[in-house]
Amino acid sequence: MEPDGDPRAEEGTPLHIPDGFINAGTSLAAGVASAGGVGVCLKKTAVTMEEKQAPLAGLVAAFVFAAQMVNFPVALGTSGHLLGGVLATVLVGPWAGAICVTLVLLVQALFFADGGLSALGLNVLNMALIGGLGGYAVFRTVRAVLPKTRPMVVAASAIAAGVSVVLASIGFFVEYAIGGVGDVSLEAMFAAMVGVHALIGIGEAVITAVTVSAVLAVRPDLVYGARDLLPQLEIRHGQPVGRA
Amino acid sequence: MDRKNLTLFVVGGLIVALGLAFFVSPFASSSPDGLNKVAIDKGFSDTQKEHALDDGPLAGYAVKGVDDERVSTGIAGAVGVVVTFGLAMVLFALLRTLRSRRASEPSGP
Repeated sequence: MEPDGDPRAEEGTPLHIPDGFINAGTSLAAGVASAGGVGVCLKKTAVTMEEKQAPLAGLVAAFVFAAQMVNFPVALGTSGHLLGGVLATVLVGPWAGAICVTLVLLVQALFFADGGLSALGLNVLNMALIGGLGGYAVFRTVRAVLPKTRPMVVAASAIAAGVSVVLASIGFFVEYAIGGVGDVSLEAMFAAMVGVHALIGIGEAVITAVTVSAVLAVRPDLVYGARDLLPQLEIRHGQPVGRA
Repeated sequence: MDRKNLTLFVVGGLIVALGLAFFVSPFASSSPDGLNKVAIDKGFSDTQKEHALDDGPLAGYAVKGVDDERVSTGIAGAVGVVVTFGLAMVLFALLRTLRSRRASEPSGP
């Protein structure tokens, strides 16, 4: 049983959904959904983005690309890599963050032959929209029940990161259930998909937590998901503000 | 001051990303990833089609013509970091321009 279907499997690289796993109709539908979702993200980013966020968003995209290349072993003969959805959205906000992940997937598909061209919509849907926006929703939910401190921001990002990988893998499962080309037992595949991605989620949680806490330590003002913890400007009795 | 710090931060972050791509990624695990492993185990990896751009100069995270596998992966990764950063900066600058054009209509400096 050689995995000779994919020559890149030997090179330790991120391997996104290739062409041929999922039929054209389902891929096209995912492409339309992704285009719509990314369109909303672009629009929202154009309205809300602040000046200092632009270079940070560039850095986040570059960092996610680099980190995705570092496959880590998760079980015998299996590796995983960062997806980066929660990392990106916690650092630069949901809309810009999802765009960062989309851009990484685009670069990978066009320049590195990673992720099929017809599967680009599926990959964007799973990793940028479900993993990124969905993961950010989990982050916000977890933060709402935790104390408002920086360590709790890190904890929430870790939990959301882990969950986001499983969500993305369920995204693939649903797509495969709808339009999978191969003839496989969906039940067995669901267990295998979720099982292995729960393990990968642990790695995702660790990398996300380390990165978010590093940025929080150096420039806490740059962490979108921790903005509410920044010292607020006080308004005192409506007195005019004089010299400093 | 703040702007200078931000530039420093971004440059520092880029150095970390380049380091990951160039020095660490060549030593990454070479086992199939989660999706690929499931595809192999459950027997649906054989429906995969060859990538339309498989002959590209950087296809498969390897630089064509560079024989040393690790150097090849490292260079491909570093190029990817630079390209991704460049494209992201262009895209976000463009989005900001759209925004400031909309915002600057009624007010001047």
